[in-house]
Amino acid sequence: MTAVPIGETLDVSLTVNGATVSVDIDPRRSLADVIREEIGLTGTHLGCEHGVCGACTILLDGEPARSCLMLAAQAEGTAITTIEGLATNGEMHPVQQAMHEAMSFQCAFCSPGFMMSTIALLDDNPNPSEKEIREELSGNLCRCTGYESIVEGVETAVKIMGPTR
Amino acid sequence: MKNPQFNYHRPGSLSEALALLDEHGDEAKVLAGGQSLLPVMALRLGRPEHLVDIGALAGLSNITAGPQGTTIQALVRHAAAERSTDIATHAPLVSAAMPHVGHRAIRTRGTVCGSIAHADPAAEMPAVCLAVDATMVAESVAGTREIVATDFFEGYLTTALRPNEILTEVRFPAWSATAGGTVVEISRRHGDYALLGLACLLDVTEGLIANAALSFFGAGGTPIRVAEAEQTLIGRPPNDETFAAAAKAVTEHLEPGSDIHASTNYRRHIAGVLTRRGLAEATSKIGVPA
Repeated sequence: MTAVPIGETLDVSLTVNGATVSVDIDPRRSLADVIREEIGLTGTHLGCEHGVCGACTILLDGEPARSCLMLAAQAEGTAITTIEGLATNGEMHPVQQAMHEAMSFQCAFCSPGFMMSTIALLDDNPNPSEKEIREELSGNLCRCTGYESIVEGVETAVKIMGPTR
Repeated sequence: MKNPQFNYHRPGSLSEALALLDEHGDEAKVLAGGQSLLPVMALRLGRPEHLVDIGALAGLSNITAGPQGTTIQALVRHAAAERSTDIATHAPLVSAAMPHVGHRAIRTRGTVCGSIAHADPAAEMPAVCLAVDATMVAESVAGTREIVATDFFEGYLTTALRPNEILTEVRFPAWSATAGGTVVEISRRHGDYALLGLACLLDVTEGLIANAALSFFGAGGTPIRVAEAEQTLIGRPPNDETFAAAAKAVTEHLEPGSDIHASTNYRRHIAGVLTRRGLAEATSKIGVPA
């Protein structure tokens, strides 16, 4: 049994982009805030902070999750991937490369969430139809593009990564 | 928005969790997936003094499905229910609801039982429970009690669960081999809460409808079955004419509310449309392996 009264802190250990991280935090803090402010990875963006906009989407044990709708305490023992964990040795992840080539984003506030959701989508369904792309990405909001260029980016990613996995 | 302050508890067993709820009563809230509770807290619609995080408890994540029925335990996530071929076979209406529940990232974390316990009137799972007469199993330090769906959903975000109880499992009765069911809804954006939706099923024997359920969500403070419309279906062949008569009965008896998203008249109209659409789809699923 763990009990943390108001005003006291809790130790939380998790794996972030392959590295083990321990933080000592107020249990009310969201995973998103801890990723940004304690771990210093500010690529995960916070838009609405109540689960609507999708900008804070990360991969939690390989599955997409809203980091604003989790207490960091709930991430104890998990392995998460943020946008910073996608590139390897300075090489962009194919989804990043595709979004770059398709010029998917304008202001790019929503881009980390869209890319994490796209990776989850293509993991399950390597060759989605346009309708499936739009449905699966409906949990991410973009206020600039009108989504056309983002859908194009996903289609470009399918071309780069191949229609099978 | 940042979460308000609370006393955080991570019990090591279900009995510890139940003892905490018994001690703190309605000052405590159970945290499982958090996909309903954390937004409620972020928006300060709720401000529990104590959070009892049951997310790490062992032995509460099982799905048991077979010809005798299907049981889904407290920590089964929507994503796990969505992927379960056992649920698809033995509780197909639950599977049909899953793609409509939030967005994929929400389903990774949110639990089936959590959605039922939260009882948002526009959510899919409460309507599914009502359609198939599911049984909710509530545990407290005093023991276990079973609550049938018709008694469980009492009002807007209000259920028969007591503050010291945890919804530890939901039981769905055996699915008839001659039944078909589906979930249809109208929402502004895929994955959003529905303006109005329908969980429906039909059981057809010898060409005639023997049993039917029309369970609407987003139409009032709780999920609502329209018995008058269900009655029009019994003993008739499953065809467009029968479904149109049921749709007419639905629009006559359902009294959905009005808000910024849709008027009462519009909701009543789509209730009729969804009745025809849902019943046709349910019929097409009879005898089709999941």
